[in-house]
Amino acid sequence: MPTSIKDECAIVGIGQTEFSECSGRSELQLTVECVKAAIDEAGLKLSDIDGMVTFTIDGSDEIAVARGLGTRELKFFSRVPHGIGGAMSLVHQAVMAITTGMCKAVVGYRALNGRSGIQMRPGVAGGPLSTDQVHWGWYTPYGLLTPPSWVGMFTQRYMYEYGATDECLAEIAVTTRKHAVNNPNAIFYERPLTAEDYYNSRWIAEPLRLYDCCMETDGGCAFVVTSAERARDLPNPPALVRGVAQGAAYDQEVMTSFYRKNIACMPEYDLVADQCYEQSGLGPGDIDAALLYDAFTSIVLFQLESFRFCKRGEAHEFVKGGALDLEGRLPCNTNGGQLSEAHIQGLNGVNEGVRLIRGTSINQPKKSDHVLVTSGVGVPTSAVILGKLN
Amino acid sequence: MLTSIKDECAIAGIGQTEISKLSGRSELQLAAECVKAAIEDAGLKPTDIDGMTGFTLDHVDEIEVARTVGIPELRLLSRMPHGGGAPMSLVHQAVMAIASGMCQAVVGYRAMNGRSGARYSSGVAEGPETTDRISWGWYMPYGLLTPACWVAMHTMRYLHEYGATDEGLAEIAVTQRKFAANNPIALFYGKPITMEDYYDAPFIVEPLRLYDCCIETDGGAAFVVTSAERAKDLPHPPAVIRGAAQGSAFDQEVMTSFYRENITYLPEYDLVADQCYAQSGLGPDDLDAAIIYDAFTSIILFQLESFRFCKRGEAHEWVKGGTLDLDGRLPCNTHGGLLSEGYVHGINGLAEGVRLIRGTSVNQPTKKTDHVLVTSGASMPTSAIIIGKLN
Amino acid sequence: MSDLSKEETEKNAATGGDAPAAVQRMRPVIGHDNRWWWDRINEGELPIQRCKECGTLRHPPRPMCWKCQSLEWDHVIASGRGIVYSFVVVHRPPFPGYEYPLVVAVIELEEGTRIVSNLVGIEPGDVKIGIPVEVSIGNVDETLKLPLFRPVNQE
Repeated sequence: MPTSIKDECAIVGIGQTEFSECSGRSELQLTVECVKAAIDEAGLKLSDIDGMVTFTIDGSDEIAVARGLGTRELKFFSRVPHGIGGAMSLVHQAVMAITTGMCKAVVGYRALNGRSGIQMRPGVAGGPLSTDQVHWGWYTPYGLLTPPSWVGMFTQRYMYEYGATDECLAEIAVTTRKHAVNNPNAIFYERPLTAEDYYNSRWIAEPLRLYDCCMETDGGCAFVVTSAERARDLPNPPALVRGVAQGAAYDQEVMTSFYRKNIACMPEYDLVADQCYEQSGLGPGDIDAALLYDAFTSIVLFQLESFRFCKRGEAHEFVKGGALDLEGRLPCNTNGGQLSEAHIQGLNGVNEGVRLIRGTSINQPKKSDHVLVTSGVGVPTSAVILGKLN
Repeated sequence: MLTSIKDECAIAGIGQTEISKLSGRSELQLAAECVKAAIEDAGLKPTDIDGMTGFTLDHVDEIEVARTVGIPELRLLSRMPHGGGAPMSLVHQAVMAIASGMCQAVVGYRAMNGRSGARYSSGVAEGPETTDRISWGWYMPYGLLTPACWVAMHTMRYLHEYGATDEGLAEIAVTQRKFAANNPIALFYGKPITMEDYYDAPFIVEPLRLYDCCIETDGGAAFVVTSAERAKDLPHPPAVIRGAAQGSAFDQEVMTSFYRENITYLPEYDLVADQCYAQSGLGPDDLDAAIIYDAFTSIILFQLESFRFCKRGEAHEWVKGGTLDLDGRLPCNTHGGLLSEGYVHGINGLAEGVRLIRGTSVNQPTKKTDHVLVTSGASMPTSAIIIGKLN
Repeated sequence: MSDLSKEETEKNAATGGDAPAAVQRMRPVIGHDNRWWWDRINEGELPIQRCKECGTLRHPPRPMCWKCQSLEWDHVIASGRGIVYSFVVVHRPPFPGYEYPLVVAVIELEEGTRIVSNLVGIEPGDVKIGIPVEVSIGNVDETLKLPLFRPVNQE
């Protein structure tokens, strides 16, 4: 029985559609396009794929994707729950399946008409009497209906406890947009943002302003995972999975874990960080760049602390002065992130993480031997550490 | 990297609520009760559990169960799609997570007010544009609305191609009710049926009669998987997992794979059988008993053929003369099955499989039960496991 | 202890719990990938999706060809003739908007693709696998038009 999945598997192919505000086609079509692209890019054939995994909230079943593409058989399929927290869980699932010999090559995908179709913004819809629906009933009658309102609650307490101001949020918002300006795939391509723009933008849910929030986008992303052994013979430099983990912490709710003693941190990220570091034998000092899930600027702070790039309560200072810029300590969200490339619920972060390892990012920093990629905040979450072939 | 998960993990605990037509409590409570029972049966504490997996169809989130039962942290959270195809996928998940070192002990669960709450016989609801909804749109307008309809379509063609009659189905229906009549937890406890009852019952969807169909029930069932190594030190004889597999075959739809060249068999079961046999090094002759997913009698025939207990097209003959009875070749669904114990989506079958390995079934066959096959639902991406005694 | 009686079992199987309130047949969900198909039906034609690259016909419609992975497709109009490949006779539970016993069949069209529909103009007891049928497109209520199939007279 393996004690760690370190270096057993690699991401060998990535694919995506364009990102837009109106794709003009079905989510299934977005899916088959990006999945096909990922498989082609990996140098594999459709018949090589024998596993598929996506989100529980994805509208395209793996069997519909398989029929669309014409893949013959699947020996592994599963869904990961809790939306945005699931992005790296797709890698986690793929690595488990391959490491235990259940299948040979897994595609992870997520495609959504997040802007033109069902948007996240209108809040929580009705449905059957599930624990999820019961849970929302504690918040929706009071108008706590949207992701910025939930994240704002944690952020407000963080700022209070540690004396943080909105300067750190402004820095994250502006730096991330700067990366997007360079990236032709990004919605913020050639649309720079100044600190002044940031402060002049309207409140969404105090303490979060417009530019603290990500966009809603149409688009799809997919990746292919196979064994590291096989990856050596494929065309692209493999992005080895050094560590990958899921975590739900004590007293976990979805977006509303307000009942813990301390809500100025996200213990699910601690749990994920500990596992990733333990599996990989790496520590924060070894991580050269990161894709930190940034549906909102403030959640980058929680992650920097949980992954121990700085001490608890100090991330709001750590990020100032260009720490997340290309020449800074931790080049972060070099694609423009969810904030300004696109909100494909973290899957575009996987693709950029792989590009950083390959050295092909449009905003390539000097060194990126090890890259951390994380998933959504305030929900059971997940993360992966990618590395180069030794 | 493992080449097979054989004997790496074991089912160490099982737990169930009662099965009823009206539980009178929430699905969350049912889930918490059976999960707690499974953890206790395993001789573990909630703090020992670090992974949970369930059905996409379950209304109860694992994090709510964890908060309710007192499981502090989870390192595996996942959902298995496609309803009845999912139950053994839960075991598959648990095995992957433990065998890859991600977790130490995983709980799988299913809890449903399947009778007093939302019922599957109430058809497919309408909703947003997902591939699933689009797919149902090819069938709903014509009235092909319930599981019985979908399964009947395959069954009709099977009967036609192989010149089969309904005698095999009748034998399955009656034998399983006999088992349930002896099982205090079963909804058919003390209610055996005769051949006459079977043939006198009305058609639900031709060629399926009332007693070809399972019952809808309220209830919950859960299990705990941990490493085989650790399971040796726990109170019950472990049900060691020799093989566990998922399968989705070419041109797969959910319940409506009518576009394949041959619809008299379900190739997803072939795919799952091949993997289970390859992992375990076992074959059909090594299996002493089976829990075969039986939402409908006829789907047992497809599975007997895919798992190679008999040749293609011969299961309708093979089952006659007591083959699936306690002293027959393959004692099958000794708890009464989904047909007559209750419909807890196959997780109750898993519990019975574990009891057969432990030797504690209420209908324990007198002959040996060293290896037991447990399967999942028909005509969708599916899954199966082979469990065995500790060597 | 169970107190299940045969009558209750039958009743439960027959009523199907909280059945939908709609008095019409259930509507297909319409989206990017199937709207064109239902549009053709509303024009009185039975279409089959065709890959523009390799000519493979497919049903139900999907955005990509599973043979050659092309995204380019058009359609042909089916002859409407086919045979009954399999069928069921639905008795219960009855749903509002449908008449029972209800014959639903998998039809194998001359062109080789299959489609699910109802058989009309035939007694349920007379339906057999293999009988020839042909399409008849018409309204089943005020707003829903469906392709239905009826037996072809065999001389």
